[in-house]
Amino acid sequence: MDLRYTESDQAFRGELRAFLADAVPAHGGAPFRHDWDARRAYDTGWQRTLFDAGYAGINWPKEYGGRGASLMEELVYYEEMAYANAPYVPINFVATRHGGPTLIAEGSEAQKTAHLMPILRGDEVWCQGFSEPNAGSDLAALRTSAVRDGDDYVVNGQKIWTSFGHCSDFCELLVRTDPDSKHRGISWLIMPMDLEGIEIRPLPTLMGESDFSEMFLENVRIPIENLVGKENDGWRVTNVTLRFERGTAWASDIIILQQLLGDLCKLAKRITRDDAAAWDDRSLRREIGHLSAEVDAVWAMVKLQVSELAKTGVPGLGGSVIKLAYTELNQRIYELALRLIGRAGLSRDDVAGLPSESIVDKYLNTLSLTIAAGSSQIQRNIISERMLGMPKEPR
Amino acid sequence: MDFRVTDDQAALREGISDFCEGRLPFETLLELAEKPLDRGLWSEVAELGIFSLRIPASDGGLGLGMAEAALVFAELGRRLVPGPLIWSALFAAILPDVESGGRVVTGLDLVRPTSDPLLVEHLVGSDTLIVLEASGVRKIDTSELQATAVETPLDPLTPIHLVEALPTGDMIGDAEMVVRLRREGALLASAMQLGICQATLEHATQYALKREQFNRPIGSFQAIKHFLADMLVRMEQAKAAVYAAAATADGRGVDDLDRTIAVAKLLAGESAHKNARQCIQIYGGMGYVWEMIPHFYLKRELVLETVFGTMDEHADRLAELLAERVAS
Repeated sequence: MDLRYTESDQAFRGELRAFLADAVPAHGGAPFRHDWDARRAYDTGWQRTLFDAGYAGINWPKEYGGRGASLMEELVYYEEMAYANAPYVPINFVATRHGGPTLIAEGSEAQKTAHLMPILRGDEVWCQGFSEPNAGSDLAALRTSAVRDGDDYVVNGQKIWTSFGHCSDFCELLVRTDPDSKHRGISWLIMPMDLEGIEIRPLPTLMGESDFSEMFLENVRIPIENLVGKENDGWRVTNVTLRFERGTAWASDIIILQQLLGDLCKLAKRITRDDAAAWDDRSLRREIGHLSAEVDAVWAMVKLQVSELAKTGVPGLGGSVIKLAYTELNQRIYELALRLIGRAGLSRDDVAGLPSESIVDKYLNTLSLTIAAGSSQIQRNIISERMLGMPKEPR
Repeated sequence: MDFRVTDDQAALREGISDFCEGRLPFETLLELAEKPLDRGLWSEVAELGIFSLRIPASDGGLGLGMAEAALVFAELGRRLVPGPLIWSALFAAILPDVESGGRVVTGLDLVRPTSDPLLVEHLVGSDTLIVLEASGVRKIDTSELQATAVETPLDPLTPIHLVEALPTGDMIGDAEMVVRLRREGALLASAMQLGICQATLEHATQYALKREQFNRPIGSFQAIKHFLADMLVRMEQAKAAVYAAAATADGRGVDDLDRTIAVAKLLAGESAHKNARQCIQIYGGMGYVWEMIPHFYLKRELVLETVFGTMDEHADRLAELLAERVAS
């Protein structure tokens, strides 16, 4: 039962920290949220910086240009990225954490050669074409169809929640190639975003902006070489990707929450209520103390999960347990933060020296955490069924 | 970093579990309920080595650490083993005859000023009462105490006596020792609470699979499934927190020890309480019945909540530590 890092892990940490100490300030602050060209340049530029320094694809095999880091090094990597306030990589997220890993596991040599290095260099941006208006939690009910016609699949349908659809080069697209079989009628295609018949419609969220799009596909011709894995095997391919996730998905986010609590402490000392610092309110302090315990515990859960995986190859906890715990905790912390800043919470931009933007915008953003990537309700079903043996829901 | 339980540790835990499986099934606990400490049982428990765990091998002990102690005490909590286990464990290396089970130690934690009555657990059957105060550690012979039995204690397995006034006793430790003992006590208590958290999840899971209504196991219904999922998440959080504190106490951590212990006692306590509550709920009418196990867990948890720092005390401490980190 040992939490200490090895000397070699700490050496890795030291090198990375030194690199980030220069590279992060040099990269500068994030551009305005609605300037898509600037945001793509910012995110892909950071990806290139990581690539040049040998830190891109942290857990990708070296043969594909990745770092091939051990699981512990990967944990250290996410920790240090958070400590350094390194740019998060939303635009590169799908390519580096989803599409790329899928190709590594299931792609043909030609597909790997065409895409993996460009992804790592930040030359390629991917979006995800999975969910549909009628296929969210029940993703396997998707209806976007792909019909063979000569050397192409002809694709018709509609996708939703396509992040950064409007500035992506490729799309990981799930289509139905067999209408008569639900889970065994799905295929995984690489769709170039410059094909004819693709229409991207921005989908404003309650955040007002449009990271998300709806995507309408009308007779889009995708070459059959772009099929990843076998036809009708796409559901399995998709689940393989999820297993690539080694329990470190939320590592940076958890460290960021620890830092946030420190910031809220500082903020609470600045803000006054009833002629006293907000921090003087014992119940507020107690609540923050309680939340800090929960953050520490979720971090310890990640370490336990990573330890299990490192030694046995089998994740100790479902990713579901950590996702559920982390996302609901994150929301509760932002609820407190919003209460703390009082009237300043009516502004989504910083006002009167108060960090309304980072609190209010983040608060709004956290509303999606318990919905996306498997809603909290689905996670509870998964936990009770797969970990506790409860009878399954009707499907 | 290898945060897992080792094979040796798992074997140690299994040994305790096997003993309890044979010696302390629920029927036996029912028989022990509302009776004074069974010294015969206590000797058997001592023979398992639970009071020798952290005594150095050079002194004839097992030379193990807090990680092993935490795992053992989680089992003891899981199996509702009765008696002043934590107090005795804290003094096994300090007072003679504790290790063998010959001397039973109970205690009062009076470090935080309070108007709460002086209620001592397991006074009958204990030889020594330890009193922790801010200034130091006092040892009192239980035969010197004037005390009245509380007729109806909350926890049927934790008899309580009201003490009006404490005799002086002997000072056997200073303020620093008090801090250390409270810390270790909190950690062992959090381990027992983790055991309660685990046991209530296990029992509720089994019940949900067996109990049928509307022609199917009640575990088919989402409301029950979601309760159980929440119980599991809570338990895993508590487990990670207790393990982190134990590893840190053994010098194998990365955070401040006080911080990890406060996290452990707070979360293990809260999780144990909520899980015990939910266990009763999932058992439905049967959860309200004396001769079913859930209420024993809830009541034991309530006892553990009142020792070595409440959830509020630990939350306050964590806020204090956060402010210190931020200032530095």
